[in-house]
Amino acid sequence: MTDVRYTKDHEYIRINGDIGEIGISDYAQKQLGDVVFVELPQIGASFGKGDQAAVVESVKAASEVYAPVSGEVVEVNSGLEATPASVNEDPLGKGWFLKIKLADSGELGALMDEAAYRDFLKTLD
Amino acid sequence: MQIRRELDALQRLESRCPMSQSESLSNPVLNVTPLHALHVRLGARMAGFAGWDMPIQYAHGLIAEHLWTRRSAGLFDVSHMGQIILEGPGAIAALEQLVAADIAGLGDNRTRYAQFITHDGGIIDDLMVTRLPAPAGTDRLFLVVNAGRKTVDVAHLAQNLSGSGVNMQVLDDRALIALQGPRAVDVLKDRLPGVEAMSFMSFMTIGEALITRSGYTGEDGFEISLPASQIDAFAGDLLNDERVKPVGLGARDSLRLEAGLCLYGHDIDESTSPVEAALAWSIGKRRRIEGGFAGANRIQRELRDGPERKRIGLLLEGRQPAREGAQIAAPNGEIVGTVTSGSFSPSLERCIAMGTVAAAFARADTPLNILVRGKALPARVVPMPFVPHTYIR
Repeated sequence: MTDVRYTKDHEYIRINGDIGEIGISDYAQKQLGDVVFVELPQIGASFGKGDQAAVVESVKAASEVYAPVSGEVVEVNSGLEATPASVNEDPLGKGWFLKIKLADSGELGALMDEAAYRDFLKTLD
Repeated sequence: MQIRRELDALQRLESRCPMSQSESLSNPVLNVTPLHALHVRLGARMAGFAGWDMPIQYAHGLIAEHLWTRRSAGLFDVSHMGQIILEGPGAIAALEQLVAADIAGLGDNRTRYAQFITHDGGIIDDLMVTRLPAPAGTDRLFLVVNAGRKTVDVAHLAQNLSGSGVNMQVLDDRALIALQGPRAVDVLKDRLPGVEAMSFMSFMTIGEALITRSGYTGEDGFEISLPASQIDAFAGDLLNDERVKPVGLGARDSLRLEAGLCLYGHDIDESTSPVEAALAWSIGKRRRIEGGFAGANRIQRELRDGPERKRIGLLLEGRQPAREGAQIAAPNGEIVGTVTSGSFSPSLERCIAMGTVAAAFARADTPLNILVRGKALPARVVPMPFVPHTYIR
């Protein structure tokens, strides 16, 4: 069973060994509206936790996506170039953004699991 | 992530309009239109815009609302806009001192686009002016102005009309809706027979409804002013028609951008002249020669010699959008202008932008780059509108 963790900024990271697949939550895509472009990082780029990792653009606005944990980019979802709407249709599946090799799996402990994130969403309006 | 929604982009209008900012400081409670409860019932995402709590988008989302308007008929609540009647002998002459449009040349029940102009030739606001029938010796005009500039406009009018015998009435008890799209006429004529005979930029009164065949989408359509007490039933009836869907301010913005129409506080402001803004078409021939309006010196000079900078349309090559504020560079890297509105175009499925550039770079097909987060996005100057208008002449 895969382990999905969330940030308070609505990124998710799906853990598979020492690789984490990063995207934005269903709540986030609903808030953004129709996604028309995703700017992805270069493979090989390194991020610290909280660094800007990608930019997601809706029709009228650009929003930064932050790295939930530190790591090095090993793969990006090049399919988003042709079908950015996958972020709306399937944010936790086809709409993933990038995969990183975790620098420190200890950082995962600070993130919310599915149940905690659901509770967190209830505290938002 | 930092979630920026369509509405956040629109809300920046407020910070660009000094008056609406001070309004919101002194009056932190947002105004609501007579259709507010309907928007909430329809599940709209509401947000503050120019001091009003307005629907930004409904359940179907911006792109669906945008395309529906181009294909069928979209219903917009624009009750936040200002509706003003000027009445009295000399009202036309008085208004002509504040705008460069030919108002005296307007026939009864005809509508014209105009701008209030500063003494320096900048734009205070853009507006629609309709000449209403009036008894001999007096004039009646119906003005529709932007929500974010209403307070400024009313003060400007009051100051310039004082002592003139022209009476100004702000119609705060009226709602305003727009029905836009190719099927708008068929929908509306079922409710208000007679509207199908109207031509573009004309006006008629049916009962208490003040109707102009105009809009802000590039489509055929109507703007309908009704007493606030009647609007809920009227809008509800329109929405019961399967040809009509509600459309929020998000799609209103993407539609107007495709139509090449200016948004005040973004594409035009008090530093921009109508000539720079490529709105010289709205300056009457007689007025170009005679002058006699605020800012005439600069405007006549720019008409004669050409403006130093000009509003242009840009079509981007790639799929990455450019936003308001992005710098525009010539192929040699020199910064030659700024993006004033930028968006993904749902109709073209391309990224489009408006910007102001040095006049030498304003010609169609000029290659330019837009600088976005350290990247140079290739674009070229294109004629506007981006999507052809479908007005019924």
